[in-house]
Amino acid sequence: MVTKKEIKQSVVIAFWFMLLTFPIMVIKVNTIKNEVIFRWQALFWTGVGTFFASLIWNYFLRLKESKKRADIKDDVPTVHRLLNTPQFRTPFLLAVGVFFLAYPFVFPMYHTSIMISALVYVMLGLGLNIVVGLAGLLDLGYVAFYAVGAYAYALLNLHFGISFWVVLPIAAVLGAICGTLLGYPVLRLRGDYLAIVTLGFGEIIRIVLENWSEFSKGPRGIPDIPPPGLFGIELGQHATVIYIYFIVIALVLTTIFFVNRLENSRIGRAWIALRDDEIACQAMGIDKFKTKLTAFALGATWASLGGVVFAAKTSYINPMSFTIWESITILCVVVIGGMGSAIGVIAGALVLILLPEYLRAVAEYRMLVFGALQVIVMVFRPDGLIKSVRKTYKFERAEK
Amino acid sequence: MEPVLNVKNLTMNFGGLKALDDVNISVEKGQIAALIGPNGAGKTTFFNCITGIYDPTKGYVEITPPGKRPERIKGLKPNHVTEKGMSRTFQNIRLFHGMTVLENVMIGRHCRLNSGILSAMLRPGSQREEEKKVVSDSYEILEKIGLEKYVNEMAVNLPYGAQRRLEIARALATNPFILLLDEPAAGMNPQETKDLDDLIIWLRDNEDLTILLIEHDMKLVMSLSDRIHVVDYGKKIAEGTPEEVKNNPDVIKAYLGDESDDA
Ligand SMILES: Nc1ncnc2c1ncn2[C@@H]1O[C@H](COP(=O)(O)OP(=O)(O)O)[C@@H](O)[C@H]1O
Ligand SMILES: [Mg+2]
Repeated sequence: MVTKKEIKQSVVIAFWFMLLTFPIMVIKVNTIKNEVIFRWQALFWTGVGTFFASLIWNYFLRLKESKKRADIKDDVPTVHRLLNTPQFRTPFLLAVGVFFLAYPFVFPMYHTSIMISALVYVMLGLGLNIVVGLAGLLDLGYVAFYAVGAYAYALLNLHFGISFWVVLPIAAVLGAICGTLLGYPVLRLRGDYLAIVTLGFGEIIRIVLENWSEFSKGPRGIPDIPPPGLFGIELGQHATVIYIYFIVIALVLTTIFFVNRLENSRIGRAWIALRDDEIACQAMGIDKFKTKLTAFALGATWASLGGVVFAAKTSYINPMSFTIWESITILCVVVIGGMGSAIGVIAGALVLILLPEYLRAVAEYRMLVFGALQVIVMVFRPDGLIKSVRKTYKFERAEK
Repeated sequence: MEPVLNVKNLTMNFGGLKALDDVNISVEKGQIAALIGPNGAGKTTFFNCITGIYDPTKGYVEITPPGKRPERIKGLKPNHVTEKGMSRTFQNIRLFHGMTVLENVMIGRHCRLNSGILSAMLRPGSQREEEKKVVSDSYEILEKIGLEKYVNEMAVNLPYGAQRRLEIARALATNPFILLLDEPAAGMNPQETKDLDDLIIWLRDNEDLTILLIEHDMKLVMSLSDRIHVVDYGKKIAEGTPEEVKNNPDVIKAYLGDESDDA
């Protein structure tokens, strides 16, 4: 039950908030009439709102504490438990499959288009998850590789008329090369230093794209990027969107397939070991630098692929699509979804990208909501919405 | 007998502090050797220097893998030292907490395997074979160390004594010929310490290992070791059989400490 102490605490917090938000909630200056309006009822509602929010916050904190004490081990996320039960697994996957197959035919084009964006973020998130979630390298310049892919398609198509399907593998290789080239000097840095340098690099790429007009057409961007071709068949606008939708679905499935394989491979385990303890990892015979570089290059590969799809979908790109906010959004997807957890990242991308699209109120305060979500997730579910679960192995000999 | 580990004039300076000062230690094949000394004497630093985690200021480190010629390893990176067959555990347990017990051991096998990114993504037959083998090899190691009941547990959820043993299992997975154990019995109860004693002897006899251990539990050290090296303030002050060391006046002074000086 709610204790007296908690109520007292909530009252204090409410007053504190009323004081703190006084200038923005209460005072309003009307510059035309040159007068100051005091909105006192806003103060009241702030107080009431904060009071109850604080009570709820405390309630959930208490819930979490008692749960932790009850049993620590048995906290496999429900989704994983469902996926591991054969009776649920097939129907569950079937339902998800049918939903995504039917989606573009049931919903209007606008919704399909939004879903494509979200699915591109699933790809980007899964790619960044390799770098941040598995290998533990905080990369704040991920968007740079996204830009590499997008511009690779736009420019190769503009100058040489190369089609989407040919650019796709080229962009993948280009992404890997760029990841390696950047990774080579910066991966000697650790933690915060790495974050700052990658952040700087991301910005440099954007600034170069903005100013090197002969190469990138500068801030005007590149228009008329053609959608992917389908054996030379002319598709209408709606059909094109549906076509791109299925391409993205295929790419996402391929990504999930490969990422899942990587996670439980020699290299994937080395990434996690590196994230958990760098020194022990090296002492176990793992080449730290090479392992980091592979993670970085592979993450860049997927960002680049995502970029190609993005360019093909929007048919117009300019440097403003590749700002630091993009990197941060993708990072939020990974962190809120669940670091190192593919299912978590997918859920994170769908929630974070679809939510602002459908809740216009959220869209306006996008970064505020992301920030709040981040805090809430970090406090109540430090491992993200759906945390990662490691593979288990069965042994017959264990019976003897 | 040939020394498999030969360290000469090893010196390590941290700024003004000489954590190791001209230390000479050589360990012979099949020996269980102990490195003892009061807290802060420089024992862990010695391990860090010879395994490549620190780059020693001065000195000469040489190992002789079985059937090979002596090799100088000073200045090599830790992963290369491990590849050459010298493996270690850590005093402050450094397990990979985001992984299961089995996976921790599988990490130890990493440097003996070679499948890369492409084969992980495409899973050709060779990769699947290798993966199957690493799982069964790792499980076998867990059985040897007596941790098989924890296979799929997360490493952090293990009891303390089991975590220490897992460190040994993980080091063993790298196929070493010499094993360095940094205070393996720290924090263990008497029964666990006794089991550890048996395990170390079993490892020497059945796995053809040479073992160098740092330990504070004198009973364990005296019963286990063939040879004991004593360091104090970064300097080596004595070496010999347990009997010799026990009666060495310098050692007694170092352990009973400066109180006798002050008094
Ligand atoms: N990385 C380091 N930087 C500075 N001083 C260190 C470092 N590592 C160890 N030392 C110092 O070296 C001395 C020996 O430490 P250590 O080898 O850990 O002792 P122990 O014999 O207890 O294992 C201590 O005085 C310690 O403070
Ligand atoms: Mg020590």
